[in-house]
Amino acid sequence: MTTLDTGQQTAPRASFFNDPVIRGVIYQVVVAALIISFILWIIGNTAANLAAQNKTTGFDFLWRTAGFDISFSLLPWSRASYYWEAFLVGLLNTVLVAVVGIFFATILGFTIGIARLSTNFIVSSLATIYIEVIRNIPLLLQLFFWYFAVLKAMPAVRNSFELPFDSFINQRGIMIPRPIPDEQFGFVWLGLALAVIGVVVLRYWAKKRLEATGQRFPVFLTSVAILFGVTAFVFWISGASVAFEIPVLERFNFRGGLQLPPEFVALAFGLTIYTAAFIAETVRAGIQAVNHGQTEAAASLGLKDADRLRLVIVPQAMRVIIPPLTSQYLNLTKNSSLGAAIGYPELVNVFAGTSLNQTGRAIECIAIVMLVYLTFSLLTSAIMNWYNARVKLVER
Amino acid sequence: MTDIGFVRSEMVEARPAPVRTSGAVAWMKKNLFATPLDSVLTVFGVAFLLWVVPPLYGFFFGNAVWAGGTVEDCRVETAGACWAYIAAEMEFFIYGFYPAQEFWRPNLVFALGALLLAPLLIPKVPYKRLNAVLLLIAYPVVSYILLAGGMFGLRVVPTEQWGGLLVTLIISVVGITLSFPIGIVLALGRQSSLPIIKTACVMFIELIRAVPLITILFMASVMLPLFMPQGTTVDKFLRALVGVTLFTSAYVAEVVRGGLQAIPRGQYEAAAALGLGYWRRMWFIILPQALKHVIPGIVNNFIALFKDTSLVYIVGMRDLLEAVKTKNDSAIEWQSANMATTGYLFAGMVFWVFCFGMSRYSIFMERRLNTGYKR
Repeated sequence: MTTLDTGQQTAPRASFFNDPVIRGVIYQVVVAALIISFILWIIGNTAANLAAQNKTTGFDFLWRTAGFDISFSLLPWSRASYYWEAFLVGLLNTVLVAVVGIFFATILGFTIGIARLSTNFIVSSLATIYIEVIRNIPLLLQLFFWYFAVLKAMPAVRNSFELPFDSFINQRGIMIPRPIPDEQFGFVWLGLALAVIGVVVLRYWAKKRLEATGQRFPVFLTSVAILFGVTAFVFWISGASVAFEIPVLERFNFRGGLQLPPEFVALAFGLTIYTAAFIAETVRAGIQAVNHGQTEAAASLGLKDADRLRLVIVPQAMRVIIPPLTSQYLNLTKNSSLGAAIGYPELVNVFAGTSLNQTGRAIECIAIVMLVYLTFSLLTSAIMNWYNARVKLVER
Repeated sequence: MTDIGFVRSEMVEARPAPVRTSGAVAWMKKNLFATPLDSVLTVFGVAFLLWVVPPLYGFFFGNAVWAGGTVEDCRVETAGACWAYIAAEMEFFIYGFYPAQEFWRPNLVFALGALLLAPLLIPKVPYKRLNAVLLLIAYPVVSYILLAGGMFGLRVVPTEQWGGLLVTLIISVVGITLSFPIGIVLALGRQSSLPIIKTACVMFIELIRAVPLITILFMASVMLPLFMPQGTTVDKFLRALVGVTLFTSAYVAEVVRGGLQAIPRGQYEAAAALGLGYWRRMWFIILPQALKHVIPGIVNNFIALFKDTSLVYIVGMRDLLEAVKTKNDSAIEWQSANMATTGYLFAGMVFWVFCFGMSRYSIFMERRLNTGYKR
């Protein structure tokens, strides 16, 4: 009633504790204080624990010799190598298996996703069975199955199975011929690069011409012709050649060729099979997300079947497919850490496993590993944000 | 009278009977041989089935050695799956090293869980709230007392002796029940207008989602003991539980956020206009609608969590997968060609049944809750 007595009309003020702004500040101060004190408590405990165990901290261990063996490495590796080299070896192995897995999983996943939408009963049922079985079984179990039950049950080296193209499969993995390009082969790469540039220019020109005159140009076929033609032509005139070093069975083991260890084969295979099931579902959802009216509208514009798919359906489906597809790629990369369980020397195995146990620097090792995956993830989401902004439907 | 009218004087020829649109032949024509390409695919598909199904049938059923068979039967060259091995080691696969005379305790826990869960899942059964309280609050306490013992004259069974399916189920059930509320709180925090709370939630969610579960489990098993005050020991089981729960709650949070964003702004404003405070607004108006939207996503998370429990094997826990692998590697008395394969197939089937069941139930719920937009 005091406000009435003054005779002045002021906006009714909430009482101090009901003012949303003040409340917000109070809540945030309380939460911040809780978080900070929690972190300080953890740091204090950790310091006390480390001191009690006489452990030191710091990243100086990266420049010490590691002194352990790594069974599969793309870089030269010996026991005298440093820990930071071990980190690089692990990182490269992770990237290698991720790239191989992503490549094959994409092909298999798109095939199965499209098969699932087939009007053919047998084809779509087979695809459905594949998806429902694979998606509902843990990846680790599948890896164990491929590694312990399938690859370890392969014949011993002496009785290896022979595959096409002089390849062999046995308990110790897969042996394939190793391509050895000669010195002239550099020209072929150069030719390929030139062809790629040519194709990009051609596409740009064809698009401009389409927009200006409405005339279409068979870009795809010409591009394929240029890529293959130029490369083959350069290959022919430069006199380059590729020799193949074929794996040969000697007394105890194979010599020569590329030898893929069973851990790598099982991990790449398992990741491919598992992720393909998820990619297939993504593809199916993307294609189904395109309204049927779009197909009909394209048909009524007089587009041919192939054009209808290429110009109307696929671009719209891809906009739906690509974001979840990249998150599947990211999942595959993260799942490659399960290689640690079957002894594939990837990042987690080499660094959060062996290196951590040898040096005792738990915090540093795990922080580095987490940072690597965090970088992968942030990079992917940055690219995706850019892509989403680019393909966003422009509405009024 | 001019003949201007046209009256048909003879009957029109009967049209040919319509092409059959029902029956087996029509179905095959439509679904198997619609186009030449379809026919080719069908032929290949049938050939594939003929190539794959008989050996699989032989392996799983025809030549399989059933319970009661001996290891000699399994060692025969043509023998299929060695189910006798599974039957013989079943107790280990379910209970791990849990002492045999105490098996009634995990059995009682399983039975109680099924008894409380079933009525909660069937929509028509009444008393849902009481049921949920019993399942989410009373049941965990009772289960813990039963399993761990040490009270009411029950023998103490340390967590190191728990194993097999028991551990898989405990980790996934506890992970699911704890990560759900934490995930909702995180999602609300991420949507909050208070910058400090929002930043903290975003950082937590994005950090956890960026790294693989293995690194979280490594962190939980290696670093959690370092984080605690000196002298406290953190049970290995508890470490794995903390890791799994933190991991899943970040994913649940992102799914719930999707649901929150799908609610039209008018709902928030209408709730505020009713004079409801923040928590009432969320509890009565926003969350019921948002959670309905995201049921499939949440169940997918839970399926993923159930599958991911197998990863605790890597930090040395004894779950179902570890039990199977241990026996595959060590049960020399069952050593035979198909022993390892049979073991992994069995584990796969158990996981599959649970995951497939969950996904079917989520589809059922999705249909049931799809009120309002039915066409």
